[in-house]
Amino acid sequence: MGETVTFRVHRYKQGDAAPHQDTFQVETEPRTTVLDALTAIRRTQDPSLTLRHSCFHASCGTCAMKVNGREVLACVTNVRELGTAEVVVEPLENAPLVSDLVVEMAPFFARYNAIDRPLVRESELVPGAQRAPGVERALRYEDCIECGICVSVCPIAGTDPDYLGPAALAAADRVREEPRGRDLPFVLSLADDPHGVWRCHAAFECTEACPSNVDPAGHIMQLRRALIGGRLRRLFAPRAEVGR
Amino acid sequence: MSERAVTPARQAPPRGRRRGVLGWLDVRGRRLGGWAFILNRVTGLGVLFYLYLHLIVLSQLAAGPSSWNALLNWFLNPIFLVLDVVLLAGLLIHGLNGIRLTLVEFGLVVSRQKALLLAFGTVGVIVLLIGALRFLSDVGAK
Ligand code: SF4
Ligand code: FES
Repeated sequence: MGETVTFRVHRYKQGDAAPHQDTFQVETEPRTTVLDALTAIRRTQDPSLTLRHSCFHASCGTCAMKVNGREVLACVTNVRELGTAEVVVEPLENAPLVSDLVVEMAPFFARYNAIDRPLVRESELVPGAQRAPGVERALRYEDCIECGICVSVCPIAGTDPDYLGPAALAAADRVREEPRGRDLPFVLSLADDPHGVWRCHAAFECTEACPSNVDPAGHIMQLRRALIGGRLRRLFAPRAEVGR
Repeated sequence: MSERAVTPARQAPPRGRRRGVLGWLDVRGRRLGGWAFILNRVTGLGVLFYLYLHLIVLSQLAAGPSSWNALLNWFLNPIFLVLDVVLLAGLLIHGLNGIRLTLVEFGLVVSRQKALLLAFGTVGVIVLLIGALRFLSDVGAK
């Protein structure tokens, strides 16, 4: 059954004095997602609405935004399940604003790519999962879909523009867990920095908000533990290997 | 075509979509760990403020016993006893959460950090209730 829902959408174009919100009425079905509604607005009401999306199924990470004050993937956020008469849609925080719902992801990717974590995991399956009959080997990608939600929710990224950020630090810890030929001492040196693992103040917002179960805060703490262990080992045995 | 209206947005200025220090106090959308983060900051500043206040009060000792005793009597005012409860709450939040953070930030009990928060929270509430009863029964006795 169709149901009309009010969407209040953040609007901003380069050169505007300040952002504002536009209100749209959208017909929704029980399975309508926020991304469906936004693309419908663009199709039928305002083609100038800018948003970013690709896969429509929580894999590409491009549709991350704030819906009713919380960071989510719009493509898997059901409008009716939000349970509000009005849905407020805003761009991610802690990133430069490009237009409407689109933020600049280049700083995020610059940090993330500096870690250079391989995309395919050594550990094949999610713990507890089983291979389908007849499948001899499965390829498992890293969990992070590079959506930027963890940086948007992070209170430290909110005050320190140089903070490496939860996603990049989680990637660094994945290199520590499975180096896969990467330069581990270099990766650890990036993380072992005042704007790296030591900047985190354990609000755990990233872990709670991450749509892909990466547990960035958990990785940051494990990375700290490894770095502290490495320092202690160096203290007592100066030639000990770093970090492991 | 549906109705379309323009309303002013309460947003940070463009190119500055960074939460900032005031964002630390913005509780909208925050989860349990975020609340602990905010409370830790607020109580940290509160306890620091109290420390300086305490040193100023102690400096009155130099003014001799009579002025010191007068000051102590003044502190028995019910308002100060209620403030003592607030101080105890601040110390408990900052102290207990500090222990949790120390454990978690050294990479220990990371996966249990939320349970630890709830456990310390429960201990804190119990101690606060006992303390509040003690302090406020002094008010009743007055
Ligand atoms: S760690 Fe999670 S929240 Fe952060 S970018 Fe990766 S998938 Fe998104
Ligand atoms: S569109 Fe790809 S994650 Fe939402």
